Amino acid sequence: MSEIIIENLSRRRFLQGSAGLTLGFCLPAIAAGAAGKLGAAAAVDTEINAFLKIGTDNSVTILSKHLEMGQGSYTGLATILAEELDADWKLVRVEGAPADAKRYNNTFWGPAQGTGGSTAMANSWEQMRKAGASGRAMLVSAAAKRWNVGAADIVVRDGIVSHAGSGRQASFGELAQDAARETVPADIKLKDPKDFRLIGKQARRKDSAAKTNGTAQFTQDVFLPGMLVAVVAHPPLFGATVKSFDASKARAVKGVVDVVQIPQGVAVLATDTWSAKKGRDALSVSWDDSKAFKLGSDEILAKYKEMAKKPGLVAANKGDTAKTFAGAAKVVSASFDFPYLAHAAMEPMNCVVQLKADGCDVWNGEQFQTVDQGRVAALFGLKPEQVKLNMLYAGGSFGRRACTHSDYVLEAAHIVKAINGKAPVKLVWLREDDMRGGYYRPLFHHALEAALDGNGKLVGWRHRLVGQSILTGSPFEAMMVKDGIDHVSVEGASNLPYAIPNLTVDLHTPTDIGVPVLWWRSVGSSHTAYSTEVFLDQVAAAMSKDPVALRLELLAEHPHHAGVLKLAAEKANWGTPLKAAAGERRGRGVAVHESFNSFVAHVAEVTIKKDGSIRVDRVVSAVDCGTAINPDNIRSQVEGSVGFALSAAMSGEITLKGGRVEQGNFDGYPVLRIGDMPRVEVHIVPSALAPTGIGEPGVPPVAPAVANAIAAATGKFLTRLPFNTTDLVA
Amino acid sequence: MIKLTINGKVHQVDVAPDTPLLWALRDTLQMTGTKYGCGQALCGACTVHVEGSPVRACMTPVSAVAGRKITTIEAIDTQRVGKAVQEAWRKLDVVQCGYCQSGQIMSAVALLSQNRKPTDADIDNAMSGNLCRCATYVRIRAAIHEAAKALA
Ligand code: FES
Ligand code: FES
Repeated sequence: MSEIIIENLSRRRFLQGSAGLTLGFCLPAIAAGAAGKLGAAAAVDTEINAFLKIGTDNSVTILSKHLEMGQGSYTGLATILAEELDADWKLVRVEGAPADAKRYNNTFWGPAQGTGGSTAMANSWEQMRKAGASGRAMLVSAAAKRWNVGAADIVVRDGIVSHAGSGRQASFGELAQDAARETVPADIKLKDPKDFRLIGKQARRKDSAAKTNGTAQFTQDVFLPGMLVAVVAHPPLFGATVKSFDASKARAVKGVVDVVQIPQGVAVLATDTWSAKKGRDALSVSWDDSKAFKLGSDEILAKYKEMAKKPGLVAANKGDTAKTFAGAAKVVSASFDFPYLAHAAMEPMNCVVQLKADGCDVWNGEQFQTVDQGRVAALFGLKPEQVKLNMLYAGGSFGRRACTHSDYVLEAAHIVKAINGKAPVKLVWLREDDMRGGYYRPLFHHALEAALDGNGKLVGWRHRLVGQSILTGSPFEAMMVKDGIDHVSVEGASNLPYAIPNLTVDLHTPTDIGVPVLWWRSVGSSHTAYSTEVFLDQVAAAMSKDPVALRLELLAEHPHHAGVLKLAAEKANWGTPLKAAAGERRGRGVAVHESFNSFVAHVAEVTIKKDGSIRVDRVVSAVDCGTAINPDNIRSQVEGSVGFALSAAMSGEITLKGGRVEQGNFDGYPVLRIGDMPRVEVHIVPSALAPTGIGEPGVPPVAPAVANAIAAATGKFLTRLPFNTTDLVA
Repeated sequence: MIKLTINGKVHQVDVAPDTPLLWALRDTLQMTGTKYGCGQALCGACTVHVEGSPVRACMTPVSAVAGRKITTIEAIDTQRVGKAVQEAWRKLDVVQCGYCQSGQIMSAVALLSQNRKPTDADIDNAMSGNLCRCATYVRIRAAIHEAAKALA
């Protein structure tokens, strides 16, 4: 594959020779449709700009700076660029971009490259449109020169450039090399949205073919010549370290090549995964627990409840809450408990590292390029640009692969360092390593109070949260932790949209809990949406008001919230009775929440049996995420969010006893199965605004909508997650 | 040496007899379409067919399947039912991260090979051993109905 030097969008020369974009590992091209044609060996790709290559075989390769972990980023980014390029969608394929924060930074994150916070479409919208439009303009001016005609008379459609007057036409592939020599236009005209032919339509996923025939490449699937597989004995307690170990039995296992100590534990290296696992199981390690964290989750929660008795740091304040509560005619109160949650992506964490004479190659479902690159470089004493990150598909992440501390990536690098780089290493976490590896959604305790005045009006709101900070001690601390308040601890609570004149939100951040915590799909909103939305229904009940009517009253200033709420309520026939079979109770519940600048409302319908067991029958969703780039992918993400959130609400819980994580696999940490998946109907609010995100925003309002439906059926508000069905026995 | 007949081809693999079929497929033969998710027959990511029946390769020692007919995702499109399932999956864009989907497809093919007109309940029952953390279940159900229609 050769590339020619051209100017990038920002008019700087980025590529030196062919080194810039040639990946050392052969990434599978995600070809859709004409696979045979795209696979032609002689095809030569020309780089048009940082995000676009065009092949002599007419293939259009779009470079994704964002990880594809299921959320549809590859297809979405390709859709945006291909739209402005007027490419033939069948000939479009996607490749993961290399780590290069200068070209591929997340424009919402300043100088850092990475995927998260449902920003992939939002931060790339303009950038990808411009990349496509400028590529189109360069193809047009190359054609105009070649044919000696005016550029204004040239038409581009489905990968064909044509000139009606002369009857001439050429494919993208025929023009690409000339186009690359054109100057990048300074003024780029973007399409009028009414002319969109891909955006807002049903562009099919680019990764469907490879993910249905076993050819999609995940980190787990990387094999390099001479590669060893490492399985690691990790300490059973967070913060424990290796005191000593006896590797004689492990070394006796056929296939085991080496056993090395690393800061994270003891790594057994073998020719294959099964031998490495057998070797790891045969190890005997004695651990130094002196600095380990030894509390159980019950003790942590008890401590948090104690802390909640005193005011914390104020995260939001308006009006005079103290006075309001002192003069209240009625006070409603409730508290809520949220467990630690594991991400439990289907592909357990893993990473391949190879040390070379002049640098280091990493293969990973790479979500946090700049952070991981910097850390690996520091460990090996390399410059960041000497660490080449090959971004592969991730078998889910839900935030786990964007680890603030690069935990598993560094672990792989440490193993390679411990063997002096003599072989490439694939670190494989078995399910139990993944489940017990920490970096959980933090355990939280919330206490809420609402004040009603003499007229029964909601006039005061107090919300206190207790839980560990995700960002303190991370590279994002300076940006996201202000005056001791970690923004992601209180997001969704401190920006409560409801018109309540007196409001205080305060936060306690315990610093002596040694359980590593991390963002988990929807981050702070994974708990704040629940406490605020369930509590609001409790308040509505105390006011004898309909939950939708009360919300709409309080959302007069928030048309996007109100919009999705009304749409979901209408589509779900809110207010009409639900029929229940004999011995069963049924209820409907609603919740609305904004996260990552998107707005989602769900109406859930549930059935409760005599024994208290819950079945969620149907979820009706309305979403407003700006321009819908791919409506079918929005539906798909919301369907998945419903299942993901329901899984946590029904059974998700990581517990500790004496500091030890009690769950290890899907028996102890059940994940929603198909029989428990409700029907999901997704309605999209039409919008002309720029796109926001949809990977996460569907998650937060699911559990509260279900809890409110349960309360409608039983009169009981569930205040502890996961749901305890024994509370619901008739 | 153990003789494995995979997708119609005979392979001699030099692994310990207790080695799970999953790791023989993945690490020895580098047929990586079959995935590791739990190692405990809890998730279904490793589902393959042995004599047409769905089996969890992570808990199946190679010694137990020596000489028997093994089919993996890599060859599923050579069967009529497999092709129909794969096409339905693509038509409805079932996949998200895709990691569970080899296993989902293998289970769906086994179901449709036995039952050409499964109800939702039949589907929920046959697919209950296959976890999808991305929760693509709505579309898995729809795609199985779609494939059933195509096969009718
Ligand atoms: S890996 Fe075999 S069932 Fe999970
Ligand atoms: S598609 Fe991600 S686990 Fe099923």
